Amino acid sequence: MESINFQNFRIDAENICVDYNGKVALYDANLRLKPGQICGLVGMNGAGKTTFFNALTGFVNISKGKIRINGESVRSAQKDQTIAYVPQNEGIDSQFPISVWDVVMMGRYGSMNIFRSPRESDVQAVKDAIERVDLSDHLSTPIGNLSGGQRKRTFLARAIAQRASILLLDEPFSGVDIRTEKLISELFIQFKNEGKTILLSTHDMIHVREFCDLVLLINKTVVAYGETSEVFTPENITTTFGGISPDFLFGPES
Amino acid sequence: MELCSFLTLDSFISDPLTHDFMRKALLMSSLVAAVCGFLSSYLTLKGWALMGDAVSHSVMPGVVVAYALGLPFSLGAFIFGVGSVALIGFIKQKSRVKEDTVIGLVFTGFFALGIVLVSKIKSNIDLHSILFGSPLGISLSDVKQTIFISLLVVILLSIFRKDLMLYCFDPRHAKTVGINVFFLHYLLLTCLSLAAVVGLQSVGIILVVAMLITPGATAYLLTDKFDNMTVISILSAIISSLIGIYVSFWFDLETGGSIVLAQTFIFLFAFLFAPRYGIFKLKKLFAGYK
Repeated sequence: MESINFQNFRIDAENICVDYNGKVALYDANLRLKPGQICGLVGMNGAGKTTFFNALTGFVNISKGKIRINGESVRSAQKDQTIAYVPQNEGIDSQFPISVWDVVMMGRYGSMNIFRSPRESDVQAVKDAIERVDLSDHLSTPIGNLSGGQRKRTFLARAIAQRASILLLDEPFSGVDIRTEKLISELFIQFKNEGKTILLSTHDMIHVREFCDLVLLINKTVVAYGETSEVFTPENITTTFGGISPDFLFGPES
Repeated sequence: MELCSFLTLDSFISDPLTHDFMRKALLMSSLVAAVCGFLSSYLTLKGWALMGDAVSHSVMPGVVVAYALGLPFSLGAFIFGVGSVALIGFIKQKSRVKEDTVIGLVFTGFFALGIVLVSKIKSNIDLHSILFGSPLGISLSDVKQTIFISLLVVILLSIFRKDLMLYCFDPRHAKTVGINVFFLHYLLLTCLSLAAVVGLQSVGIILVVAMLITPGATAYLLTDKFDNMTVISILSAIISSLIGIYVSFWFDLETGGSIVLAQTFIFLFAFLFAPRYGIFKLKKLFAGYK
């Protein structure tokens, strides 16, 4: 196991801008996260959450600014399998003819040979990962036959099998059952203790309070960023959501 | 014996084999079907049916120009196939026109250019065999080209089998773990162009897209495992080709059309009776009687 220096930044994004064919999706965004930190990414639809993820994984190029992952470029982070991306359930083709085992094995592809033939260690990593998300009974189940929660856990297992030190999770709690939600929150605590860095987007304000040390409120750019207790205020949330009052967002009981 | 020979299954199958051109047609068409069937799994999962249609139509002027210049027709076809894809990408990026419109616009343009060229270049090009295929009249040089291209595509697909599956399934993950998505995208397009080139000899330019999507669609209804899907796709493509050629031989029908019709019937059969995804769900029917 590599030793983790908890003082160095895992993610260091500085004034990043992303535009698609001249249309600005994100501008002057900053984010710094250390090992063991969990940060919530909160914003409206179209506020640039997915774009932020895409920039960090290198799926889109940034037009301005700088991204350092563990002090190195996004390209070398890709080579080192540093970042794992857990898509939202809507982001994948659930009818694709592929089993739980094969999806999780895809977490190992980056470190395999060109034919992607699994070594003993890959098989073990996949087995362990599937066990951690409690899907050992579903090794050969096609993902189309899984519930939303089980499918979410499959992709979490893929991230675990990848042995990434940074996890990006797109709406990890949307459309999942109570059991999966509980399992994910337990995993978060384990990940934190292992020194992994987590950035998760969510619509659910309660989850932010519950899990996130830090929160990043965005609306095309950073509205507010800092410790959840300080930054996650009704005023900031209202600004983030373009003037909609937090009472409406939180529901009447809060 | 002589009188009833037509009726026996044995002679139905063996009689055509006495003809040299039939043996060649059956072998070549099976090879082409296997290549197209292999690729078909990826195209149907990636949702590239329209792209397949575009590429296969766009190779037309390439075939004509190559014939006119005395070059291997596959070379011309390949250049125009890849060129059409590049042009589609370029127009899509530089204009506000939607992708399916751009695809339709580009491939019909290319196809029209091919037809105009055929009428202008007075040569011994047989328009009919380009449009509708001529597996029974395939020349020796075409056989060599077909074998070479087929092997190339099969080798490429075999090497990058899993990467291409990942690319179709979750390109974002592929990119995140450092797999070259750009390369895979163009690899798949290259294989598509090459498969269209060999496929058009069997069934012609107009119907070659069927070779590229129908076997995959059939297999998709029959299995939940990617590897099985590939195998079923290849098998159904080969079987359709054999059926099509035999039927066209005995009943004097257009060969390309017969092959594609056979594929369509196999698809319809799967659509109706596939164990899990057919509309009659055979599995459940049988279970009901137990």
